[in-house]
Amino acid sequence: MFTHPQKDPTRRVFTRRALFFMALQVAALGALGRQLYRLQIDDGKHYARLAANNYIRKRLLTPTRGLIVDRYGFVLADNKENWHALLIPEETTDVTATIERFSSRVPLDERDLNRINREMRYKRRFIPIMLRDCLTWDEMARIELNTPYLPGVLIDVGTHRLYPEGASLSHIVGYVAPPNGKDIARSPLLALPGIRVGRSGIEQSQDEQLRGTSGSVEMEVNAVGRIISELNHVEGTRGKKVCLTIDRDLQQKVINHIGQQTTSAVVLDCRNGEVLAMVSTPSFDPSLFDSGVSHEQWIAWMNDQHTPLVNKAVSGVYPPGSTFKPAVAMAALESRIFSTTDRVFCSGHIDIGGTRFHCWSRTGHGSVDLHLALKYSCDVYFYEVARRIGMNRIAQTARRFGLGVPLGIELPHTRIGLIPTPAWLRAHHRHWNLGDTIVSGIGQGFVQVTPLQLATYTARIATGRAIEPRLIRSINAVQTPSIQNDYWDTLNMPQPFLKALREGMYAVVNEPHGTAPKARLNLPNITLAGKTGSAQVRRVSRALRESGHFNSANLPWEYRPHALFICFAPYNDPLYAVSVVVEHGNAGAESAAPLARNIMYDTILRSPIKI
Amino acid sequence: MNNSFKFYKRLFLTKPKSHFFTKLWRINWLYVILIFLLAGTGYITLYSAAGGISSRFATPQAIRFTVGIVIMITVALLPQRVITAAAAPLYILSIILLVAVLVKGHVGKGAERWLIVGGIQVQPSEFAKIALVLALSTWFSRINYKQIGNPLWLIPPAIMVLLPVLLVLKEPNLGTAVIIGGIGASLFFAAGMRLWLIALLLLPTPLLVQFAYTHLHDYQRARIETFLHPKNDPLGAGYNIMQSKIALGSGGMWGQGYMNGSQAQLNFLPEKQTDFIFTMIAEEWGFVGAITIMGLLLLIILGGMLMAIFCRNQFSRLLALGISMNFFFYCLVNLSMIMGMIPVGGVPLPLVSYGGSSLLTVMLGFGLLMSAWVHRHTDSKFY
Repeated sequence: MFTHPQKDPTRRVFTRRALFFMALQVAALGALGRQLYRLQIDDGKHYARLAANNYIRKRLLTPTRGLIVDRYGFVLADNKENWHALLIPEETTDVTATIERFSSRVPLDERDLNRINREMRYKRRFIPIMLRDCLTWDEMARIELNTPYLPGVLIDVGTHRLYPEGASLSHIVGYVAPPNGKDIARSPLLALPGIRVGRSGIEQSQDEQLRGTSGSVEMEVNAVGRIISELNHVEGTRGKKVCLTIDRDLQQKVINHIGQQTTSAVVLDCRNGEVLAMVSTPSFDPSLFDSGVSHEQWIAWMNDQHTPLVNKAVSGVYPPGSTFKPAVAMAALESRIFSTTDRVFCSGHIDIGGTRFHCWSRTGHGSVDLHLALKYSCDVYFYEVARRIGMNRIAQTARRFGLGVPLGIELPHTRIGLIPTPAWLRAHHRHWNLGDTIVSGIGQGFVQVTPLQLATYTARIATGRAIEPRLIRSINAVQTPSIQNDYWDTLNMPQPFLKALREGMYAVVNEPHGTAPKARLNLPNITLAGKTGSAQVRRVSRALRESGHFNSANLPWEYRPHALFICFAPYNDPLYAVSVVVEHGNAGAESAAPLARNIMYDTILRSPIKI
Repeated sequence: MNNSFKFYKRLFLTKPKSHFFTKLWRINWLYVILIFLLAGTGYITLYSAAGGISSRFATPQAIRFTVGIVIMITVALLPQRVITAAAAPLYILSIILLVAVLVKGHVGKGAERWLIVGGIQVQPSEFAKIALVLALSTWFSRINYKQIGNPLWLIPPAIMVLLPVLLVLKEPNLGTAVIIGGIGASLFFAAGMRLWLIALLLLPTPLLVQFAYTHLHDYQRARIETFLHPKNDPLGAGYNIMQSKIALGSGGMWGQGYMNGSQAQLNFLPEKQTDFIFTMIAEEWGFVGAITIMGLLLLIILGGMLMAIFCRNQFSRLLALGISMNFFFYCLVNLSMIMGMIPVGGVPLPLVSYGGSSLLTVMLGFGLLMSAWVHRHTDSKFY
């Protein structure tokens, strides 16, 4: 019975082999322990990092966009809180029924429903879906009252960009729109929900200032992305407040004066270049862009020959016409070829190089000096001046006056215009004829400038300083240095010459037989000096001119000459410069000059300076 | 029975029909404490896996464990001849269940494994392992050492092993089939199968592996493929392995703290309450906690093996060894799987993982182990 283990072969073999198994088991678990050590300790850091990547989601917080205000602090671009209704699908048992009940209380249109259906398909069930944007108080009340019947529906607050001034400042302030793929590739901040990118005007040029910096929240999420808890919350900084030089009320007055015409007008402070008003009509409603412009609206804008989307004050280029003449006169005086007293005889036309160039007055102005030539706007005088001094001198002086050069205005899409020279035309493989110089002498031909450049040019004549127009007074209360009156350097043009130009422009308005008597201010002690211009957009053929029936007012609108007027006031101590370009407005004296006068009148009346 | 035997009986308390309390006293209570410790670990971990809700996993598991303890003690106290008599019927029952699960089983993750009997989910392959251990132990304990040396005596037990292996393969559950085969082989080996025969059988193994691989199901092959290259498919089949490794690594030395494992608590870890529960332990308790649990597992395995060695009759020895090997294979496959050392296959960690079928069969196994230990002094003659 009591067999010794060693004598029972079954037990002996069993014991031996069981011990062998035990050794194997110890070895196997040892190997597993070693592997566990490798995974947990040796490679632990690597896997711990992967784990953190798994569960920490960093979400950036959309910063509040900075305000844009006018020089007196009136808000031009605001952030308006608006309420929207959201639906969290997983919190309702029947999504379609909930949406139906919702739409019976707050109407949803076809577009909304399509968008909701689309979002439902690709969003996870716990991510809220926007039902309706921009709820009114009434609609909100209806939703709140019916909360028990609308499970999963909640009301949330977001911001919209609001432009209280609407169309009157849309070209300057610009507008915002949701960023596109290109923007997002440039800056990851723009991928944030609800963020807007400036697409025009100050909103575009100062986009980075206005944008602010994003805050961030670190959230713990689970494997399906549901937020478990908030780990870390860093508040961002809101965008900076941009204060413009614009006077909101003056801007509105200018728009009222312009009425229905396709016009641009610029009001500058002569001393420091502050843009007090900059108008381009017709305009558009900037709020249309926030939610996306409809295709029909876009086509309508694109096909409108009055180009409502273009800020013509900086992006429209026009031949300056006779408003160019003071620049030519200055070139002549500086060349010392002409003096203020040198006279030219105007018989109504002049023949140069076998071509006849007509003065606007068919009967001629007789013998004119510089003063009279400016006053009458005598073309023949300036034909002769241009012929004698040559194009390069004219171009050089014109550029010093700010014509055909970039002016550093804080707006996107500005155009430089063009002051042609023989070298420029040669670069385009064409030969410069003397005739090109002659027509350039009266601001026709290739010469093209923007209304803003005209205003700058006027201000430079008025003050003799190389002022540049500026739209921004301060950013977050940090003043732009240029708003100091002695910021800009002198033009280095001799004072007597500038005085001669100013006197000529004074005569245009205030002396008998000047071209713009309608521009007189009729204010005691304050006088206005200006220069008219009528720029042909089409060459007048000899046959038409000789037929005697030529009257530009009978032409179709798009062939009529542009009407221009530049002026500054007060004459004795210039404070303001105004330029007006009425597209296809015929004669500058008729349509542009009275408009400019009215604008100047209001500007002076609004002036905080005692005159 | 002669007097000398009666005297012996009186002295050493080894009468063939022992008193109930005597038998109860013979149960290895130290071993039962180890089982309680492991089940307690499972309870604590399941509580964390449910995010601090005991009613989800932990409480049902505790109830099942209580039932399991009752089963274990009942089985341990059964007369050994009842158990040997039940071996053949239980084996046949297990084969019937395996066939039934093939015919009308419930599909669970691509493989047919579940059978619902009277509203209870049953995993016949789990039961088959125990039944096989029982059947083989009975067979080998009834032939002598010389007979085992004859290959002809090994043919019936070989069929007994191959039948469930093939049926489980057909389910198809590769992991369990390998475990059943492993248990069978270890019992052959422990029973005294001659070494020359083993060597002869091992020769064509490479060919068999080749054959097996070509006959694997697509999903099984895919598992092996993703195991070999887990990063090729980080969100697909390789996801489990990657997330398990990440969870292990993020545990570090001391762990992320109880109920704080980011991978498990945030549901990145798949099957965290069943197959990957050890990963969760390692993430929350770190290497220290995980190696402690592994030590506990090793103690349970080696304790079972030692009990087998100290049994005096061959049936008890083989039964104890078979059950211990079963437990060992469970642990080996599960731990290797969660550490990314072998392809993933639905093998839970015994006593810790959530799941009734596994727990109850494991406890039934421990009951048999205890039965072997309780009847360790019984001579083979007496049953």
